[in-house]
Amino acid sequence: MSETRSLRVVLAEDGALMRDGLTAVLARFGHRVVQAVADAPSLADAVEAHKPDIVVTDVRMPPTQTDDGLRAAIALRERDPDLPVLVVSQYIEAASAGELLDSTAARAVGYLLKDRVMDVADFAEAVRTVADGGTVIDPEVVRHLLSRRRDPLDRLTPREREVLALMAQGRSNAAIAQDLTVSAAAVGKHINNILAKLDLPPDADAHRRVLAVLTFLRS
Amino acid sequence: MEAITAVRRRGFLASAWPWRGLAYLVTSSVPGALVLTVGAAVLLVGGTLASVLAGLPMLAALAFAGIPVAAFERWRLRLLDAEPIADPHRTPDRPGVGGWLATRIRESATWRELGFALLLAVVLWPLDLAVAALGVAFPVALLTAWVPVLSGGRRGLWPGFAIHTPGQTLAAIPVGIVLLAAGAYLVTGMAVARAALTRRLLAPRPDEAARLLAEVTGSRARLVSAFEAERRRIERDLHDGAQQRLVAVATSLGLALLDLPPGPATDHVTHAQQQARQALTELRELIHGIHPQVLTQHGLPAALQDAAARSPIPVELTLTIEGRLPAAIEVTGYFVVCEALANIARHSGAARAWITAEHRADLLRLEVGDDGAGGADPGNGSGLTGLSDRLAVVGGALTLSSPPGGPTLLNVELPCPKPAPSGSSWPRTAR
Repeated sequence: MSETRSLRVVLAEDGALMRDGLTAVLARFGHRVVQAVADAPSLADAVEAHKPDIVVTDVRMPPTQTDDGLRAAIALRERDPDLPVLVVSQYIEAASAGELLDSTAARAVGYLLKDRVMDVADFAEAVRTVADGGTVIDPEVVRHLLSRRRDPLDRLTPREREVLALMAQGRSNAAIAQDLTVSAAAVGKHINNILAKLDLPPDADAHRRVLAVLTFLRS
Repeated sequence: MEAITAVRRRGFLASAWPWRGLAYLVTSSVPGALVLTVGAAVLLVGGTLASVLAGLPMLAALAFAGIPVAAFERWRLRLLDAEPIADPHRTPDRPGVGGWLATRIRESATWRELGFALLLAVVLWPLDLAVAALGVAFPVALLTAWVPVLSGGRRGLWPGFAIHTPGQTLAAIPVGIVLLAAGAYLVTGMAVARAALTRRLLAPRPDEAARLLAEVTGSRARLVSAFEAERRRIERDLHDGAQQRLVAVATSLGLALLDLPPGPATDHVTHAQQQARQALTELRELIHGIHPQVLTQHGLPAALQDAAARSPIPVELTLTIEGRLPAAIEVTGYFVVCEALANIARHSGAARAWITAEHRADLLRLEVGDDGAGGADPGNGSGLTGLSDRLAVVGGALTLSSPPGGPTLLNVELPCPKPAPSGSSWPRTAR
């Protein structure tokens, strides 16, 4: 994970203000928007032309103004399973998140509420995580998923539930430790407890653990 | 008709019914005499002027004379009958006097009403007045015969018969009382018969009634769909406008924070960003209440799961819906369930709730239940009244069972043809 790596980004967003805002944030962190488009068909063309490091796309876009951006992202991944895609949306829907995770095997994919862009440093980190093959899931989606699985989750302590929520968002152990202001060792212990209580296989690889947690929550 | 049953009851004579019957018969002369005099005048003047063409419009206007007369008669019927007669006329096809005339002249109700007006002017009102006179004026004349006799005069009752002596006036009093009682029955009976005739002639015919119902249902459906279109427009405007601008502002503030040295300015910008964040959250909730995106994009099952996840009370879902349903059905079903969940959270004290949604054989069946205190009253401002109106527009119906002690069960049935094949399926069922 090199902090200095500059990413070449294709951006799809139909609102001009939002497009400028996203471009400014990406530029501030050293990335370059090689092309910004305003509708789904142009997104496919731009990706074809530029072979970017990551695609950042809105969900609701022309031509149909429904979920064209999401469809385009899924189609792009079908063509190129290694292309990182970060989907940002004005509304967070568990159903959209599920489709995206299913079609990408939850690799190099992100799904975030547009509001997260204002926390520019966090957003830049999310972009980098996805570009590096990681998973970023909006806390809203995780909250929705947690609300569906009450019984087995009741076995977790409140702190373990917090850790689980952050894991499901795709946060690294270090990031979780920082968020909860505890030591990395403590986070590791919580994670082991969670995996044991939910009958999930202990796994050293952080990303595979994220996948296991997401799979569990969605089953 | 209430008046008919009143006649058979004891205490009829002391009730208001004889007076109502009398009032009904007497007021008959208002439209009757008016139609007779105005009609005769118009015929005379119009007929005279017909040779110079100016009279023709006057004569033609007579064709519509039945309409106001019938409207008055329908209104007057309320003296005897609580159940109003519906107006058999339909809404003109186009606005303006021309549209009104063109529609009315083609309606059979217009001609039926003209016939009624003629009957009223020539036969009915004199008859009504005669019966009122016979039933009331004659007995009263007997009862008050002593007034002219005491002052040395006489009371003539009909040609060739009069009361002259005080003895006759005394004898006339019991006869008058008996006749007055009989007159009360006569007057009310006549009024009832007359009202029945009016109802028969002026009420909408079965085909007209069916058309009126279709008209009302159609206009209500149009209103609701216009309302829905407006909600979507507002949602779109907020999404494209205020929402986007707020995110842009908050993002600019976020960028500014990166470059600001720590100090009071940083605090102000952080505060401003917090305010923008709060405004965005509120705006998103508002938009969600207007028209949720999840419904548009993913259909009813996903939207119901979303609603269940938002509920503060644990909700168990059993969904058997394949593919997308018509938009009107999805929106109606969704808002009914949301309202039910909101009621459960507010009033029931339930520990858990459940939603069952099943689509089969052209019927969407929704059940929302909870294990709370029960005793829910649909009339008690629960919002369910508005929901059953909304349901009625798409031909749906709602039943509520909520015995004290619970459980409360809300059942909704919506007629709904087989859906289109599904695009998305995740997640289909959840617990």
